[in-house]
Amino acid sequence: MDKTWNNRAWFMVLPVLVLVAFSAVIPLMTVVNYSVQDTFGNNEFFWAGSEWFQEMLTSSRFWEAFWRNIAFSGIILAIEIPLGIFVALNMPKSGWGVPVCLVLMALPLLIPWNVVGTIWQVFGRIDIGLLGYVLNAMGFDYNYVNDPLDAWATVIIMDVWHWTSLVVLLCYAGLVSIPDAYYQAAKIDGASRWAVFRYIQLPKMNRVLLIAVLLRFMDSFMIYTEPFVVTGGGPGNSTTFLSIDLVKMAIGQFDLGPAAAMSIIYFLIILLLSWVFYTIMTNYDADK
Amino acid sequence: MARIDLDHIRHAYSAKATRPEDFALKEVHHTFEDGGAYALLGPSGCGKTTLLNIISGLLHPSHGKLLFDGTDVTDLSTQERNIAQVFQFPVIYDTMTVYDNLAFPLRNRGVPEKDVDRKVREIIKMIELEDWAKRRARGLTADQKQKISLGRGLVRSDVNAILFDEPLTVIDPHMKWVLRSQLKQLHRQFGYTMVYVTHDQTEALTFAEKVVVMFDGQIVQIGTPAELFEKPSHTFVGYFIGSPGMNLLPVTVEGTRARLGGQTVNLPGELSSTERADMELGIRPEYVRLASDGMPVQVTKVEDIGRHKVVRASIEGKEIAAILGEDEELPADPRVRFDPAGINIYADSWRVDYATGRGA
Repeated sequence: MDKTWNNRAWFMVLPVLVLVAFSAVIPLMTVVNYSVQDTFGNNEFFWAGSEWFQEMLTSSRFWEAFWRNIAFSGIILAIEIPLGIFVALNMPKSGWGVPVCLVLMALPLLIPWNVVGTIWQVFGRIDIGLLGYVLNAMGFDYNYVNDPLDAWATVIIMDVWHWTSLVVLLCYAGLVSIPDAYYQAAKIDGASRWAVFRYIQLPKMNRVLLIAVLLRFMDSFMIYTEPFVVTGGGPGNSTTFLSIDLVKMAIGQFDLGPAAAMSIIYFLIILLLSWVFYTIMTNYDADK
Repeated sequence: MARIDLDHIRHAYSAKATRPEDFALKEVHHTFEDGGAYALLGPSGCGKTTLLNIISGLLHPSHGKLLFDGTDVTDLSTQERNIAQVFQFPVIYDTMTVYDNLAFPLRNRGVPEKDVDRKVREIIKMIELEDWAKRRARGLTADQKQKISLGRGLVRSDVNAILFDEPLTVIDPHMKWVLRSQLKQLHRQFGYTMVYVTHDQTEALTFAEKVVVMFDGQIVQIGTPAELFEKPSHTFVGYFIGSPGMNLLPVTVEGTRARLGGQTVNLPGELSSTERADMELGIRPEYVRLASDGMPVQVTKVEDIGRHKVVRASIEGKEIAAILGEDEELPADPRVRFDPAGINIYADSWRVDYATGRGA
């Protein structure tokens, strides 16, 4: 290789390094700093070592929130991915329907998180909310404020409403990139509708699906705003996810040490799970 | 195998088409005989692929009927027509192995696995991909992929016809030749009705028994390679087939003489109609003889292209090309004579038959 080496090129990446340092590395280090010390205010710190980490990893409160998060992510992925694929397959490929569908699909994505929460908080209320009132009038005993199952259903349906569009748009982008010749060849080969999906459409959507799963997993695992607005983590602790618990601990109880330790564990968990997802899906994708 | 009748087929991609120029296919009325090997030859955009897709059922013609062995199949789906088609660019199912790709059309039709295996092995051997059978199709090169597409077209033995849409475009020249001979051999062996779309005249002339030349949405001539060469029925055929194409010179015709500026050319016979004003004389460079007597020309260029030389000259102010054999020398004061066997007269671009004499 006769490439020109010029070490001055490193200066070119310096601005990015500075930016990343201030936006990510330094704040993260502050958290690390808190997680190994104890403080009672007045800028007095005492070395705590791994105490907070041990406390976190043995606390049932942490693990309960963790499993709630896992269940939540699992459920919304199980709904949003197949539903998104299904909707994308049925969207028009040409004509005036395309822009209409795209705008309709993009709408939920444009609404700010806390507004989505507020919409569903009001929507589900049994005294004035359309959903809550109608369900109760029809004889269903629906009340997300009292009943953990109803609270979960509300939060999940809200997330599906909010985010399925993202999966739809990604899958649609994958689908429209398939040349017509593939469908023509499939017709000639006498392929069934299922075979077309299984052998043409799904393989072509593989990459965008990987992105969709990753994005939806990370986002749902970090979910905070919408359930906080709708249920505030209740009833009881039934919808208290890791992020809600973290905020309660750090800002509500002002336990900075444990909260910092929890942040780091939380961050590592997301990193680990995303890596696992990515590895599994790219391995599946690769030629064996 | 089937005979394919195209009964006054017209096609427009827009539903509102009324004017002739809106039609991608103007009017095609033609029969592909059972077991024939046909080439559809023409420049890009002349309607070849449209016609092919109408035969296979990927397109429904705006007007006209399509019959297989006398049965109307115009409204039948591609699958019901039982047609194989190979496309210009490779289509493979890349999550499947090479073997499964080839087996796919058979398995979709519920062929017993024993027969699938026999047929797939036969085809995979023919396309020389035996070593790749168990590999996934994804990592293959473009021409290997196209061989799979080709194989999928050939794997069903009960098809009514096999259609090829410029299938060898992405294949390298040597392999092209090999595959083309294999297709010809298959045709002889099994008697498939084959229609082969191409814009490459060599490919068309070597593959087919009958070449269908298309131009601007219509069939301008159907014939054997020799007929296309000797008696092009439209000036486009004269121009498109042959290298260089046919010379065309504006003439006026009186009886058995054609007047070309100040020169007179004797025709091989009397024309069946001489009413037309816009007449042209067409003669292939192969029939233009350079000699020391005849009509005076100015030679402008001599191109040596190996087996022969192409002489560019002007006669009565018109460009003309002539072929000179490898060993022949250009005469010192060159003049030209037209071999009567190669003289065709065109009126409004269409060939006029001779009422008497040669080719009546």
